[in-house]
Amino acid sequence: MTESRQHYLARFESLRERLDKLGTDRVRRLRRSAIERFGDLGFPTVKNEEWKFTNLAPLLAVPFEPANRDGFDLDALRPVAARFDGARLVFVDGHFQPSLSSVGGLPKAAVVSDLATAFAENPALVEANLGQHALAKSSAFTALNTALMQDGVLLQLPKGTVLNDPLQLVFVSTAPSKMSSPRILIVAGEGARATVVEAYLGLCEPPYLTNAVSEIVLEQGAQLEHYRLQDESARAFHVGLVQVTQGRDSHLVSHSFSFGASLARTEVRTVLGEEGSSCALNGLYMGRVQQHLDNLTSIDHASSHCTSRELYKGVLDQRSTGVFSGRIRVHPDAQQTDASQTNKNLLLSEDAMVDTKPQLEIFADDVKCTHGAAVGQLDEDAIFYLRTRGMAQQDAKRLLTYAFAREMVELIRLDAFKARIETSIATKLPNGRELAEAA
Amino acid sequence: MHLLEIRNLHAGVDGKEILRGVNLTIDPGEVHAIMGPNGSGKSTLAQLLAGRDTYSVSEGQVLYQGEDLLSMSPEDRAVAGVFLAFQYPVEIPGVGNMYFMRTALNAIRRRRGLEELDAMDFLALAKEKLKLVEMDQKFMNRSVNEGFSGGEKKRNEILQLAVLDPKLAILDETDSGLDIDALKIIAHGVNGQRRPDRAMLLITHYQRLLNYVVPDRVHVMADGRIARSGDRQLAMELEQKGYAWLEQQPDPTSRRGAVAQ
Repeated sequence: MTESRQHYLARFESLRERLDKLGTDRVRRLRRSAIERFGDLGFPTVKNEEWKFTNLAPLLAVPFEPANRDGFDLDALRPVAARFDGARLVFVDGHFQPSLSSVGGLPKAAVVSDLATAFAENPALVEANLGQHALAKSSAFTALNTALMQDGVLLQLPKGTVLNDPLQLVFVSTAPSKMSSPRILIVAGEGARATVVEAYLGLCEPPYLTNAVSEIVLEQGAQLEHYRLQDESARAFHVGLVQVTQGRDSHLVSHSFSFGASLARTEVRTVLGEEGSSCALNGLYMGRVQQHLDNLTSIDHASSHCTSRELYKGVLDQRSTGVFSGRIRVHPDAQQTDASQTNKNLLLSEDAMVDTKPQLEIFADDVKCTHGAAVGQLDEDAIFYLRTRGMAQQDAKRLLTYAFAREMVELIRLDAFKARIETSIATKLPNGRELAEAA
Repeated sequence: MHLLEIRNLHAGVDGKEILRGVNLTIDPGEVHAIMGPNGSGKSTLAQLLAGRDTYSVSEGQVLYQGEDLLSMSPEDRAVAGVFLAFQYPVEIPGVGNMYFMRTALNAIRRRRGLEELDAMDFLALAKEKLKLVEMDQKFMNRSVNEGFSGGEKKRNEILQLAVLDPKLAILDETDSGLDIDALKIIAHGVNGQRRPDRAMLLITHYQRLLNYVVPDRVHVMADGRIARSGDRQLAMELEQKGYAWLEQQPDPTSRRGAVAQ
């Protein structure tokens, strides 16, 4: 544990000269305090309540090196990028690749750039927001990302700007034993509306690490539909945070799909900071072999008349393990809070496991908060019913599993992304390809 | 060769014997009714014939077209032409009724070496069969049985019967919980499915279904075996006298004694 801490502190020192060239004095100070904080915190252990069900030993056993900008095969990446038709920013091992990207068609008022450019061209905006919402002080991984971030995305939508088409942010890892620390900053001004897709993919068989942080600010009345796909390579490690601060009457819809990696931790946290703001957090995690997929959500009802809806589903097969921790905190003056949380899990094998932990902390009295968690197996009556109609046992199980997961697919409002998710689900199920028309 | 021949079938669950020596023979084209009070073993027999593995057979055998039915998986039985209309059809959220029935039919057709139906051909078939049970096509676009009323679920079972085209159709209390109008629709659907090459086994608690679907043979089940067999008159006699009437001819081997009404 101490060893891995020292390793990353040393990596910071060796990169320091390069990192210092990115951004203003304030950004440099932000990095310094982040690395200090990381040094103080060290990596979390299972004694940390938020990491109770996730042992980081396999991740810490590999001394990952910050990824380089070059050395990848551009031709292998073109077809991967091409699958994201439309506006997209593509990052390879954490570094922006203009030749794979295209941002035509976005409204002129919108500022869309890679973070390295943003450091130079929009220093004030970056300074005002970066590290102000996703706080280095609260997490070692966020601190490490803040210290080591070199590239990422800035999306700024001035008041009233509407993105009709989704902006897709694609992160592809290609380099063995490397870590990338992408950082995304989204600032949606008053009444702005956008749909953003984040996809994390791998073209690299040996282990690598992605440590991503998205920091999102929704000002009054802004609306963001955020899709996140974690489909890293089978031996990869993935740690990701989506941290949102919501203004008055703003609305966030978050969809988090966690399919890949050998160990993944995905956090979606939002602060309903002003009256009338609302969020819907949806999630689907599907594990196989020995995958460990950890999902943490946190909703802070910090103001009155806010609404939150949450639905996470897990499908765990073989020896995989899943975690769902759902924290809802209702602050003392957050009257008229309306919160509901549901977590449903399907275990497909006797060796699969899930830990589900709802955590409601309610300090106001005039509130409506509900939560429910379920862990179950496929319905034997339904399997029998399907078999009496001629379906083989395996086909019946596959169909019922698909039916369980597809509730989350139905919530997707982007056709291309929906098709991608359907394919991902199908590949998780044996011979599942033709299932997409099941409903 | 008979279509179905049940010989001295003993079966139970968790060591408790429910079927205690059932004998029954059914030939193609025949409609048999099994009546009997609750707990007599009617539904156990139906589930067992469809392949439910919660029951264990301790003695006897079941031959279907001369083959050992009990050694076949539920899906193999379906492919061989056995169909059970469930007493409590299962709701399957997230699976469309249309997809479900087409997948089932194609699974059976594939195994029988027949060409699979594409979506268009299946739709045409489904439309024709929907008329038989007076069902609106919108039911095909909903999840299987989800939110269906009791009557709609039963009609959906008869629809599956019509689509899957079995040789032996077992209807487990398909009439229970239906008002008279729904019962007539179901009966009409069932009558429409009578064919010289198809046998039906109606399992029912009440005689009233048999007013509309006239059986060739009626059997009364009590305490795990067929206590009486006869023609339609037997059903009427039972209707008048009630199941208690059976007790007047107690079976000397019965350990349980009187049968609950």
